[in-house]
Amino acid sequence: MRFLTARRRHPAAKALVLVFALLVMGALYSALAPSSKSAADTSTSQQVEEGRALFAVSCASCHGLNGEGQTEGTIQGPPLIGVGAAAVEFQVATGRMPMARPGPQAEVKASEFTEEETLALAAYVASLGPGPAIPEPADYDPAGLSEEEIARGGELFRTNCSACHNFEGAGGALPNGKYAPSLFGVSNLHLFEAMLTGPQQMPVFSNGVLTVDDKRAIIGYLNELHEQPSRGGLALGGLGPVSEGLWAWLAGLGVLVLFAIWIAAKGVKAR
Amino acid sequence: MSDLQRHGATDHELATVDSERFPVPDPGEPEHLPRLTDIDEAAANRATRQVATMFGLVPILALIFVVCYFAVPKDAVVDFGPLHTPAQHVIFGLTLGLALLLIGTGAIQWARQLMDDHEMVDHRHGAASSNEDREYVITELEKGIDESGITRRKVLGASLLGALGLVALPGVVLLADLGPWPTRKFLERTLETTIWKEGIRLVNDVTYTPIKAEQVQIGQLINAQPENLQDFHGTEFLQEKAKASIIVVRMNPNTIKIPESRKDWHVGGILCYSKICTHVGCPISLWEQQTHHLLCPCHQSTFDLGDSGLVVFGPAARALPQLPITVDAEGYLVARDGFDVPTGPSYFERDSRNDFKRGDN
Repeated sequence: MRFLTARRRHPAAKALVLVFALLVMGALYSALAPSSKSAADTSTSQQVEEGRALFAVSCASCHGLNGEGQTEGTIQGPPLIGVGAAAVEFQVATGRMPMARPGPQAEVKASEFTEEETLALAAYVASLGPGPAIPEPADYDPAGLSEEEIARGGELFRTNCSACHNFEGAGGALPNGKYAPSLFGVSNLHLFEAMLTGPQQMPVFSNGVLTVDDKRAIIGYLNELHEQPSRGGLALGGLGPVSEGLWAWLAGLGVLVLFAIWIAAKGVKAR
Repeated sequence: MSDLQRHGATDHELATVDSERFPVPDPGEPEHLPRLTDIDEAAANRATRQVATMFGLVPILALIFVVCYFAVPKDAVVDFGPLHTPAQHVIFGLTLGLALLLIGTGAIQWARQLMDDHEMVDHRHGAASSNEDREYVITELEKGIDESGITRRKVLGASLLGALGLVALPGVVLLADLGPWPTRKFLERTLETTIWKEGIRLVNDVTYTPIKAEQVQIGQLINAQPENLQDFHGTEFLQEKAKASIIVVRMNPNTIKIPESRKDWHVGGILCYSKICTHVGCPISLWEQQTHHLLCPCHQSTFDLGDSGLVVFGPAARALPQLPITVDAEGYLVARDGFDVPTGPSYFERDSRNDFKRGDN
């Protein structure tokens, strides 16, 4: 301490103390001040506000003003707390939500909202509770997959998906008017989100179990499969015995019946 | 009227005699009317030309087939509307199909327009032989038996019967090696047991990655296998997979029925069932996460996984067997024990008294 007290009147002392105090303040500020997120937060919270306004107008009549859901009354909707942004993006961007009318299953139609509005709604619902976020393009873009990975995607597809969605993704029927939709023409993002969130009757295939790479492989397989032209003649929707049987019974047997009638007909007589 | 008399009578005669069996008189055959081609030579010539044209087109089509077989490249493709097919297939089908069709239609047209069209009736005759023939056969047979001496020396007949009977025995015994004997022990070792046992990890099908309980969300479905399935290969692999395949689902434990006896068979609502339908053994994974119903695509049997796998619809007679599971020290899902009942479809010797039934607890 003597060393300091002896030099307290040194001409440089004032400047050094000032520098020291500044350093301490700077360190304290960086440790205690709110992190730099605050700048980004303003735009997100603005998005959430926009989403809240849209939600109140378009979704609240079924899902409740705060997304708490309605389980009583004639108009019902499940709670949306914790479903995450991915579920909202999937349901709204594919036009399934808002539903045109109550029914066994929400149908695909043209989306009611612009992309910005969809993202605002997603941000608002995501703010209600933690849930899966909208995946990044790197997660669902199958570009660069090797042949082996695509073949593996095929194995995963046949094991996990083909039971409902048919072996080439043409979709299929479920009880009581429900159905597994066709996967033809579904965007990679929506394929990924459907697996991630399990919309409606579809089960969830979370990233912790069916990994992001597995999902990418499945998407890669579907793209590959749907790009290939069907070389077996008329595919008849790829539905197997249903459409083929219908064709055989109506067209095939119908023609045979006409022939049989012609063979047995008496024909024109001279009198 | 006796049978013999009836053989000779025509339907028309019968109708007049037997008014009880045929109350409405038989109108007989309609009057024969000539066709255009019978009276008009020009019409007959026209029909002849039609038939000859049809037959004449056949060799041309056959030649087109042969030429195209060599001339059309194998990889040429027809892309026409929804049709994407190798060009050869389309040409072969059209030419050969049309050729066969023309032969058929030509023949029918010939018969309809140009061949004689008088209708005739050919009555069936009785199937029995005449009385003389029958008597002759009987006398010949009796003569043969008498000449063989079998009526006097009975030991001949008895020993021949014994010889013919027992010579079939080796052939019957050979059938025994068509497959393993379905003894109780054999069934217990094969059909009635799977490779599941205590501590075996549940792993994803295809990737064989173990499943962390915390990663399984409500509404999740996992097509899974036992970890030790990887130790098997070839036929054994397929046999074990066919019995041990499972599906893992997670439901909110407060909204499903869990019987007292199965309180510790699940991990926070994660339940594990056999994937093999109890009807005829199709693998099933059409699970509706909201209704908790599992639907078999083959015959629409429906199992309620929120109610111990009981059958709610369809031809299946037994609940889906449930596998008791727990977590190991690292948090991965493992089996508590093997299946308590045989998985898969029914078979004759199966003891179905231990299956879970409605009302069990």
